[in-house]
This record gives sequence, structure tokens and C-alpha cells, in this order.
Amino acid sequence: MLANLLPNVEWDMMWAATVETLYMTGIAVVVTFILGTILGLLLFLTSKGNLWENRLANTIIAAAVNIFRSIPFIILIILLIPLTKWLVGTMLGANAALPALIIGAAPFYARMVEIALREIDKGVIEAAKAMGASTATIIWKVLLPESLPALVSGITVTAIALVGYTAMAGVVGAGGLGNLAYLEGFQRSHNDVTFVATVLVLIIVFVIQFIGDFVTSKIDKR
Amino acid sequence: MIILENVTKIYEASNGSVTAVDNVSLQIKEGEIFGIIGYSGAGKSSLIRLLNGLEKPTKGKVVVAGRDIANIKGKELRKARQEIGMIFQHFNLLWSRTVRENIAFPLEIAGVPKDQRKKRVDELIQLVGLQGREDAYPSQLSGGQKQRVGIARALANNPKVLLCDEATSALDPQTTDSILELLVDINKRLGLTIVLITHEMHVIRKICDRVAVMENGKIVEQGEVLQVFRQPKQEITKRFVQQVVEPEETKETITHLLDRYPNGTVVQLTFVGEAAEQPLIANVVRQFQIDANILQGKISQTHQGSYGVLFVHMDGEKEEIARAIDYIRSQQVAVEVITDAR
Repeated sequence: MLANLLPNVEWDMMWAATVETLYMTGIAVVVTFILGTILGLLLFLTSKGNLWENRLANTIIAAAVNIFRSIPFIILIILLIPLTKWLVGTMLGANAALPALIIGAAPFYARMVEIALREIDKGVIEAAKAMGASTATIIWKVLLPESLPALVSGITVTAIALVGYTAMAGVVGAGGLGNLAYLEGFQRSHNDVTFVATVLVLIIVFVIQFIGDFVTSKIDKR
Repeated sequence: MIILENVTKIYEASNGSVTAVDNVSLQIKEGEIFGIIGYSGAGKSSLIRLLNGLEKPTKGKVVVAGRDIANIKGKELRKARQEIGMIFQHFNLLWSRTVRENIAFPLEIAGVPKDQRKKRVDELIQLVGLQGREDAYPSQLSGGQKQRVGIARALANNPKVLLCDEATSALDPQTTDSILELLVDINKRLGLTIVLITHEMHVIRKICDRVAVMENGKIVEQGEVLQVFRQPKQEITKRFVQQVVEPEETKETITHLLDRYPNGTVVQLTFVGEAAEQPLIANVVRQFQIDANILQGKISQTHQGSYGVLFVHMDGEKEEIARAIDYIRSQQVAVEVITDAR
């Protein structure tokens, strides 16, 4: 029945591509979360009136974040070919997509982290200072826990954007569902392959959104 | 306990500088409750933040519990802050932590081991009366309960000084009173020095031993609360004192009464301390040939004694009234003859 409706779909290939997409998204999300949080914290802490207020550092970080956030992803992949070759050794396969995915998503997420941190009541930070908290304590015990729901919903949005990015990375040879849809579906005019790959991407996106919403509602005690 | 010497705080803004605290000198004794009152913008928030180094003075000396707060930094300052508790108008609790975890936070900062932390938190919950709410999150608490958590948190590391930044300004009158009672209780039980800033004379009246009045960054008047109530010198102090001792509609009533009683004299009697508890009017009526009619009055309880204001209409011979007034004066009650409500 399924074979009749979708004559060109090879399920092994489809499954392998799904795993590749999940792999690329998963690793990229984890690294983006760490890198973006660090960048976002730096953006926040160096901004006016905060713990490490430093106009120069803030301007430099903000400029770097804005530049990488503005470059269209498909162009970023091409620009990063030399770096990727040096880091991964090849331009093919899932690992080759990771540098571009992370460099594309981390600045995007850093901005969301900065916004989340700015939402924290200044009075709470002042209270922690008045108790004699060090900057490290304020970061770990005030800034991150108090902004956690926003950090989680931010990484959810970023993860979904990353699924889209993996599809684009797929077009330049990184594998995954995007690659399959392009090579097997579009170029060979097998619309059923494109269709199934799209449905799988949609399912991945829905699942990510569901998990994100669930976790956010669990940790938000406001 | 706390010494401020010629302290000035100037904020540099893009459109010039603002002098928030202007050459203030203060001495606050160990174990007393010291109030600083002023309208918003008077500089009292800046002043209280100088006491725990959240703000650094532009000039002058700040010594709290023997530590030169203005000139210490880093670890030493953080250590000093652990000995100075602070509570806030908007409580500033961590929403992500339960009551218990919020109170434990300063203990975590001070590096207290986990089992001792738990014991201390239990004590503090008892002290502020939050039994049964230990595992609630701040969002599930009322304003008064939140401030109790704030107080428990501020007391966790056994501070020598407690700073209260408009601690009751966001609370309703009843809750305000219960929080103030808790503060007095803590002051007595732990011998803690309390410094509070407020714009409500009610708070000063209720719990303070001494008060300083602040205007435009300067301390314009200070002294024992009862003394300031009895003889406010500055115009601004008089206005604050009026906030509590005179019912709102006093002026209108007096104007009305002066119209209604063209004969005789309307006097305002101000009682302080024991005088407020003597049967003065009864004695006056018995000893002098006059009629005395009490028009309006109010007695307020301060931390140190009572303070009352009474408006009385006296009718009779002019000389007899004068003698009666002299007698009242001799009883250590201030008398003011009112001919005009303003």
C-alpha cells in the first residue's frame, strides 16, 4: 500500500538521512547552547550598568555577533569552506556541516540569551550583591537559573532554525533529509521522496517544539 | 556601629552631575533603630546603599561595624556585606527558588555546609513565622510573606546591621504593621542595629528610636523621634509630623469651628509622653470658670511614648481663659491659640 503510493521512497536511505539530520541538529544545538550562552552572558555583563561594564568589549562582541547573524546561511557555508576543510578535513558528510551550523546559530542564540538576561529584575542582582555574592555566584546562581525558561524557549527556536539550516547544508553535500530531498527527490523528479523528507522534517520540528514547551512550563515557577 | 563623615555622592550624567548625597555626617549607635525619612529623590536610597558598598561615596568616610566600607574591595567587601543584611521594597526574591532555598542562598554564598544550612534555615523560618510555607515559591506568597522571606534571608548570616530600603512601602497598612512588629522583635531579641529609609512618618513613629530628615541630599534635621515630633524645626519635618498626628480633615474642621464659635478661643494642645495620659481637661474645668469643649483629637503611640494633639474650644472670661492656658502650659503641654486654620 505504502509502496504503491510512494514508489520511489527507499526507507533505509530515508532513515539514514533522518539520523544524519538528527545528529547534525543535536550536536549543533548542544554546542550552540554553550557558545551562545557564553556570548550572551558576555554581551549582557559588558553592557552599561552591569557587572563587567566595558564599552569596547561590548562593541566588539556585538559587532561580531551582528556580522555572523546577518550573513545568509547558504553564503556562510561557502565562506567557511576553508575553515571546515582545516577542521574536519572534508566538505562531505554530516560533520562537515557542523562548523557552519554552529557559527550561524550561536550569535543568533547569543542575542536571545542577552534579551533573556536583561529581563531579570535588576533588584534581584542587587540583592545578591548585597549578600556578598561574587560575580561567578551571581552568574551560576542568579542569572542562569532566573533566566532559564527564556533560555530554554530560545534554544527551542534556535533548534528549529537549525533543522532548517541542516537542510540547506544538505544541498552542499552534508547529508541528511535536505540532501536526500534535493538529490533524490528534486533532481530525479521523485516528488514522493521530497514529500516524505518534508513530512519527516515537520515531525522533527513538532517534537522539538513540544519538548521545549514542556520543559519551559515545568521550570517556570513565576 | 555606623559612622558617616562628610559623605558626598555625585552621579555624573550626560547632562551634568547630580548630587544625591550632600555632605552628610551621621552616627548610628549599636542596637538602635534609626530611620531616615524623605520624599522620593531626597537621596535616601543612595545613602542606604553607601552603607553596604553598593554605591561608593565620591567623598567622605563610611564605617560600618568597624569596617571602612568605602575603601575595601573584592573579597573583603563581600565578607563585610555578609555582615550587613538588606531588605527591599520589592522583596527581590529569586522566583526560581522556594522559600527554603531563598533563605539558604546567603548561606551558600558564605560557604556554610549543607547540614548546617538546613538547620539555620529552619531556625529562620521559625523566627519570621513562615512554618508550613517552606516549599512554596515566591509567586505563591502574599506581599507580607515575601517580605518575611526577605527578612529571614537578610538575617541568615547573623548580620550586625540590617538595612531596610522602603521595606514596607509596597505593603498594605495591616501587613506593614505586622512587618514592623517583626522588625522591633528582631531588634530586641538579637540586638541588631536597624537602619531604615522610608517616606512614611507612620513607620518612623512606630518603630524608630531616632530619625533623620533628608531633603535634597542633606540631612536637615535629626534627633530622638519623640523630640522631633514635639518640636519639628524644619518645614518639611512639620509636614511629615502632620502626616501622622493630624487627621486629614483637621484644617477644614478648624476653619468651620472658628466660624461657629466666634466667642471664646480655640487652642491646640500638644502632649508628649506622660502628659498625654493626665486628666488635664478635667482639671482645667474644675479649677477655672470656663467651659471646655473638645473638638478633635488624636493620640499616636511612638516607639518611645505617646504623642497627642487635642483641639479644644474654651469659653468664658478672657482673663480666666488666659489663666487656664498658663496652667496648661505649666503641665508641660504645648499650647497654641488658633485664630486662623492656616
